[in-house]
Amino acid sequence: MSTGNIFVIGATHHRTPIEVRERLALDEDGTTALRDQLANLAGLREFTVVSTCNRIEFYGVAASDDVAEQVGGAFCRWQNFDPAEFARFQLDLRNEAALQHLVEVAAGLDSQMLGETEIFGQMKQAYASAQAAGHTGPVLNRAFQKAFQAAKQVRTQTAITMGQVSVANVAVELAGTIFGGLADARILLLGAGEIGEKTAKAFQSRGAASLTVASRRLVRAMELATTLGASALPYEQREARLAEFDIVVCATSAPDIILPRAAVQAAMARRPDRPLFLIDQALPRDIDPTVAELENVFLYNLDDLARIAQENLAAREAETLKGRAIAGEKARALWQQIAAQVTVPSAAPASERPRTSDAASIPESR
Amino acid sequence: MTLPFTDRTWLWLAAALYLAGFILGSIALFKRGRPAGAATYALILLGYLAQLAGLGLRGRAVGGCPLGNPFELYQFTAWSAITLYLVVGATFRLSLLGYFTACLASTVTLISLLFPSWDAGQRVRIFGHNPWIELHAALAVFSYGVFALLALTSLMFLLRHFSLKSKRLGGWFSFLPAIRDLDHMGVRLLATGTAILGFAVSVGAAHWARPETVVNLEKFVVTVAVAGAAFVLLLLRLRGVLLARRFAVACLILYAAALLSLVTVGPGRGRVPPPAAPTAR
Repeated sequence: MSTGNIFVIGATHHRTPIEVRERLALDEDGTTALRDQLANLAGLREFTVVSTCNRIEFYGVAASDDVAEQVGGAFCRWQNFDPAEFARFQLDLRNEAALQHLVEVAAGLDSQMLGETEIFGQMKQAYASAQAAGHTGPVLNRAFQKAFQAAKQVRTQTAITMGQVSVANVAVELAGTIFGGLADARILLLGAGEIGEKTAKAFQSRGAASLTVASRRLVRAMELATTLGASALPYEQREARLAEFDIVVCATSAPDIILPRAAVQAAMARRPDRPLFLIDQALPRDIDPTVAELENVFLYNLDDLARIAQENLAAREAETLKGRAIAGEKARALWQQIAAQVTVPSAAPASERPRTSDAASIPESR
Repeated sequence: MTLPFTDRTWLWLAAALYLAGFILGSIALFKRGRPAGAATYALILLGYLAQLAGLGLRGRAVGGCPLGNPFELYQFTAWSAITLYLVVGATFRLSLLGYFTACLASTVTLISLLFPSWDAGQRVRIFGHNPWIELHAALAVFSYGVFALLALTSLMFLLRHFSLKSKRLGGWFSFLPAIRDLDHMGVRLLATGTAILGFAVSVGAAHWARPETVVNLEKFVVTVAVAGAAFVLLLLRLRGVLLARRFAVACLILYAAALLSLVTVGPGRGRVPPPAAPTAR
């Protein structure tokens, strides 16, 4: 006999290559339109669609086993995607396993960049949209709200969010260990290439207010400065004005050293009590490596940043077992609470069911 | 209000609580890889209250600030450092500072308790009935507590400096505050300690200048030397001569000198009043 179930189907970065994920991706309008279509699917009591660059997932409460397949079929038709190909990459979990997956995704345990927290916001947004449209009910409301609580617990009880795992963010984190807040840190970006731009943006996203760009081509420096809301500096003045900056990001393609020891020494003589953080992301290197010996000067090159990112990632991976254990325990407890509700016979599709008081509740804030 | 137990029992309890804070912090740091911030803070707070009760009983028994022998001096220094930590630690969220403070407080208080001779017999009332000289002594020892906290932030600065220069940032190094924050904290603590000690010496000098007072020369020289060293250190830092790592090392040396000077700065006043009982209920 077919019974009700809670399910998750979809495709994630684990099994689905980026070329396929591109074809499966849903934009906001597409998500809304598909949701309206799914709302009329017989036997689908409640559902939520989570669509990010690394996953497209459908969480639902179904009256029978075949409803999840119908959801997958409707999605494939909507995207003009071959169902047989979709089946090759498809994630398909039921009941307790689906709940565990939900907690793991919300906690960042299932993310490509392990422990990242952006997914938590994306999940909350997806849930809030579904809730506002009346597509969730008592089961999914409880499941998502409990999953958000469990995700917070995973993050606080393990170290999966500790340490940055991208080179640009590692540089920003390092700046934090030197200066504390970045609000009053003055940053000089030498080089107007992509790597430097990424790092500069990472600094800005953490509150760095004062950014100056210098490049051998002043026009390019001015263009980038305009894009970033920064100011431009003639490249030739970099040594003379070095003392004005606290953080220097070097990412030029210059074949030789562009910041010699003498220049850094002279700058430090003018600002001896302020630390100077030098980030050399260039290859060949832009900064004389011997400046690392100077008092109050902290120099990190590309290898240093990459090694720290690797160490942080390894540390996060070591914490996943602990995180998955917590997620499993929470999923088990949650399944015991909602199993009875999930297995009751279905009455009407999600679009025809009135909202419950649970559905009207506001999701917990971050 | 009558408190149960003797003053020394309360002080043993305080030392045990500080030690528990240190042990708990060590377990959290080395086994779980994160500081036991709130738990350490709570244990230190309880220890502080126990120490306050012990020193209060002692003070009531001797009729003044309990600074009459090396035992009391070390106890009072540790208590001063904890007083500051409870303010600074809560304000600046320096989680590892609690761990280091618990380590320092348990060491100083336990050592002072483990040497009964430091608190034995012939305790003298050092102040007579002069409240000014009592203020001088209390402020001077309190400033040593400030220097204790300065030593801890300097030690944390050196550890952070090592981690940044050697590029080892994981593990418990990640819980150290930013190096610039530690440097600023060091300057503020040194300025505070120097100001308090300077004021204490001024108050004492006003008393020593009176013709009927006999001044213990050794004590006078040592106290002025510690105050002078602190002042010179602050001046060198503010003028940019002594910076970063060298400043932190100098602060550690200053605290060590201050701590050692307590051995010489004993109950050395001219007029010796009748002895008081060392233990109170």
